[in-house]
Amino acid sequence: MSQVFSIASFTVAMAAMATLVMLPLGVSVAWLLARRRFPGRVVLETLVSLPLVLPPVATGLILIVLFGRRGPIGAALERIGVEVMFTWRAVVVAMVAMGLPLLVRAARAGFEEVDRRYEQIAATLGASPARIFFTVSLPLARRGILAGSLLGFSRALGEFGATIMLAGALPGTRTIAVAIYTYTETGQEAAATVMLTVSATIAFGTLLVSNRLASDS
Amino acid sequence: MSLLLLILMLAACAPEGDLSRPENLDSPLVVSAGSSLMEVMERLALRYERDAGRVVELNLSGSSTLAAQILAGAPVDLFLSADEFQMDRLAAEGLIRIETRINLLSNQLVGVAPIDTAAGVNSLESLLDPAFRRIAVGDPSAVPVGVYTRAYLESVGLWDVFQKRLVPTRSVRAALAMVEVGAVDAGIIYRTDALSSSRVKQIFEVPVGEGPTIIYPAAVTTQATHPQAARRLLAFLQGPGARTIFESAGFIVLDSPP
Repeated sequence: MSQVFSIASFTVAMAAMATLVMLPLGVSVAWLLARRRFPGRVVLETLVSLPLVLPPVATGLILIVLFGRRGPIGAALERIGVEVMFTWRAVVVAMVAMGLPLLVRAARAGFEEVDRRYEQIAATLGASPARIFFTVSLPLARRGILAGSLLGFSRALGEFGATIMLAGALPGTRTIAVAIYTYTETGQEAAATVMLTVSATIAFGTLLVSNRLASDS
Repeated sequence: MSLLLLILMLAACAPEGDLSRPENLDSPLVVSAGSSLMEVMERLALRYERDAGRVVELNLSGSSTLAAQILAGAPVDLFLSADEFQMDRLAAEGLIRIETRINLLSNQLVGVAPIDTAAGVNSLESLLDPAFRRIAVGDPSAVPVGVYTRAYLESVGLWDVFQKRLVPTRSVRAALAMVEVGAVDAGIIYRTDALSSSRVKQIFEVPVGEGPTIIYPAAVTTQATHPQAARRLLAFLQGPGARTIFESAGFIVLDSPP
């Protein structure tokens, strides 16, 4: 029972961390795509959408190439003593990679809905671009951003394919989804069922919260 | 309209054949084999298809996964496991034909490392060095090679020391792959897997007498769609032609019944 609790709390904690990491990057990219034209815009759009379309194991493979010991990012991090693969950081990386596209889509829609005139008025009143962003665009786009965050969080909670490739199925890095998989593989049906129930409960709870937030704002 | 379409689709997907008809000669034999048997079984399947004219479909994975599939009702004809425990699991549920069960092969545990590892690393003890932070093994709680590895490490009193550094994998081939790409510092796999790869180097071997007794049992399942054909394939695997192929891959061919 305590193992179930630790796996569940680990997964939720990692998903929450991944959502926090996703937010600055996702919101910036979403704003860029909504408001700016620049060369390579289509490439950025495609890159961000890639994890949505690729099979998760394919995304996992790309992440291993990047963050593995012999990859560009992984090797650089190892030099400063930070290990990614087979640690909790790998779980967060996988979750961010899979949740980011959803956040960007929803946040971008949120920004596109903001009436440009408000931003232009703020500019004529002397506000800097940064001030306009933080005091006008961002608050007005908050519904899209919130919806995107919840989507990203839910996706992170359920992430499996990329996670198992990057983080393995080590006792210390097992998420709910990975635990269900390993229990099923090793014939531990009772444990798998318990984990499944926990997963469904958390998903249900997340949906309830997201519905409540959506109807309030 | 959509109801009609649904019914047509379901009818098209219905399983063919029933128990009263003789074995369908056209559909392939399904063989589930532990992933360490990958190359040998591929060669043997081709040979068997050529000689006996019967197509063999290979399902390769960790033996614990394969057993779980059969327990869940997968229509496998022949099961080649990398340890007796998984075969016993099926026997306990009446899922194998006991009279067909035979101990086919044996193997040896070896330690491997990425090919660019320093030359001085040549024993299990050299892995005690803190530089070897991650060692890939089969999952010691289920995958045969991992179970054997744990038994061996416990027998030499080094299980507690290594346990924290072990990266459990779903099959011996997954462990091998991790060593090949350098995602881990070393791995403990079968000698046959080490031989099959040119991208790892063997750093030590566990002598056959010292390590755990590795046994690959084989049996025809009770759920087999083609039990007679499966028996013929099993007989082929015990023949001299198959023996040559097994031994050239590094397997030890056993002669005794279980």
